[in-house]
Amino acid sequence: MKPRTLYDKIWDDHVVDEQPDGTCLLYIDRHLVHEVTSPQAFEGLRVAGRKLRAPQKTLAVVDHNVPTSDRSKGIDDPEAATQVAALAENARDFGVEYYNERDVRQGIVHVIGPEQGFTLPGTTIVCGDSHTSTHGAFGALAHGIGTSEVEHVLATQTLIQKKAKNMRVTVDGQLPPGVTAKDIVLAIIGEIGTAGGTGHVIEYAGEAIRALSMEGRMTVCNMTIEGGARAGLVAPDEKTYAYLKGRPKAPTGAAWDEAVRFWDSLKTDEGAVFDSEIRLDAASLPPIVTWGTSPEDVVAVTGVVPNPDDIQDENKRNSKWRALDYIGLKPGTKITDVTVDRVFIGSCTNGRIEDMRAAAAMVQGKTVHPSVSAMVVPGSGLVKLQAEEEGLDVIFREAGFDWREPGCSMCLAMNADKLKPGERCASTSNRNFEGRQGFKGRTHLVSPAMAAAAAIAGRFVDIRDWK
Amino acid sequence: MDKFTTLTGVAAPLEIVNVDTDMIIPKQYLKTIKRTGLGTGLFAEMRFNEDGSENPDFILNKPAYRKAQILVAGDNFGCGSSREHAPWALLDFGIRCVISTSFADIFYNNCFQNGILPIKVSPEDLDKLMDDAKRGANATLTIDLESQTIKGPDGGSISFDLDPFRKHCMLNGLDGVGLTMEKREAISAYETKAKETHPWL
Repeated sequence: MKPRTLYDKIWDDHVVDEQPDGTCLLYIDRHLVHEVTSPQAFEGLRVAGRKLRAPQKTLAVVDHNVPTSDRSKGIDDPEAATQVAALAENARDFGVEYYNERDVRQGIVHVIGPEQGFTLPGTTIVCGDSHTSTHGAFGALAHGIGTSEVEHVLATQTLIQKKAKNMRVTVDGQLPPGVTAKDIVLAIIGEIGTAGGTGHVIEYAGEAIRALSMEGRMTVCNMTIEGGARAGLVAPDEKTYAYLKGRPKAPTGAAWDEAVRFWDSLKTDEGAVFDSEIRLDAASLPPIVTWGTSPEDVVAVTGVVPNPDDIQDENKRNSKWRALDYIGLKPGTKITDVTVDRVFIGSCTNGRIEDMRAAAAMVQGKTVHPSVSAMVVPGSGLVKLQAEEEGLDVIFREAGFDWREPGCSMCLAMNADKLKPGERCASTSNRNFEGRQGFKGRTHLVSPAMAAAAAIAGRFVDIRDWK
Repeated sequence: MDKFTTLTGVAAPLEIVNVDTDMIIPKQYLKTIKRTGLGTGLFAEMRFNEDGSENPDFILNKPAYRKAQILVAGDNFGCGSSREHAPWALLDFGIRCVISTSFADIFYNNCFQNGILPIKVSPEDLDKLMDDAKRGANATLTIDLESQTIKGPDGGSISFDLDPFRKHCMLNGLDGVGLTMEKREAISAYETKAKETHPWL
């Protein structure tokens, strides 16, 4: 048999039907549903009189719209409340397991999938959310879909797909202290560009990827979409199994052993061909800060804001000038001279327990800068609980951080957590687009430790020198 | 879904690269539980000032382009979030076709679910179409899906590639769920086999 990539193997394993032109019907093992991209899909089912093909393969949770303040007494925003109520009703009517805003298992859809063991190696996973790529950290083929496709999966448990190309990103060597998974993925996006992975599935490989925790691998896979690829993959290994074992929805007993035997086969074969290959050296990576309005606008914390006039291509040059105008920075400004007004630690990119620990380690015994407002939003109720058991909430609170209820929060600012016009934010989230965190808000993407340090110092600092 | 066969209309030039779906439809419009009515939020943060008044400089606010049905835009259109609200907003505003050199995968796919035709052209052809579009209401483009051509105001013609299956669905206004339902036996057969090979799922 021809050597196959990990993506080839998972793909082949899920083809239900293939047309002569290569259009396939792909089986979907796991479907995650949230309140913002699902109401119209359920409505479509109702109108057509259709049921769910496999409700037990679907898990619903509220995350995008929920407030991160106390919500025991309901949700004030009437539109958000309507959307949340719609999901509760749809879950009940169509027989889908649902975690509401008061459930300790509630959280960001891409945090709770792995946490519950719903995410498993070798599966196909979809969700009406582009950061579904996160689940690829477990060796699952996972990607975002639109609402029409959500409806399609609910009704048929399949998707109409054409196979993507294979790309491999190999990160060799060891990360220096203070440099994290977030910096790896920002460096990759800087290298390939925001459309570099379009039409591809990316497999992440190499010593530095192997050395990452599952949380770190999720951070890397999460931002795959920011490089244009819908899905990212890391081959499962002992770390994957150790993370999953004992999770509520993971297999047990003999089924676990059988699953592990299969999961062990989920590796790219020797000699398999990739359509494109990228290599990075982890040892040379610095902590990274984005300077513009695209995740590809990356610079080392020790660097300066670049000059768009150095770009040859006219359209690209204009777009970078537009970005600088929006973000309010001048070429040549040292990144460590850039001050921040707000700090956001959380999101499906960096809202897990390891992220909480990394941020807390920076702030212990210190105080948030007087001109900064800083918040920590755990990725799920269980992350929050774990962090509180470890006393991290106390460290954050004593330093002056706001410690909040779980949800997507200021990553996309659908709820009350948003930047005011002109405010500058160090954010552990995934997108620095215009208006993403609030109308005319200015976002700089960084790792949790970098964000925490910026909260204390009131400006970006090189955490390799942090004391 | 409405069929797409031919379209003749004004094309608006949007000379921005990496137009993301947050730009196309900002998050405050995502709280709806309907597919309709999103046209008011299309490009809202560029189209409107902070006080809600129109920004006269934004292309779709200029008299020549207020009824544009075609958008000619820079590279990598539709990147970012998977929100189908982006094509819903375009459609509700009246735009049935977007022309660029490249599209983000999820947005591209979402367009076909809603009868919007995303057309990929070469950078040279995009420059030409951008010039045509800048000529305003006097310069309509005609898209013919069957022959896969774009005709410019001066009679020039540009051909484009498209996946045959997507073309077939667009020409006939076919609903994906209905098509797949016809394959329910194959899906059942897959499920039976998977129960044996992957019993832990």
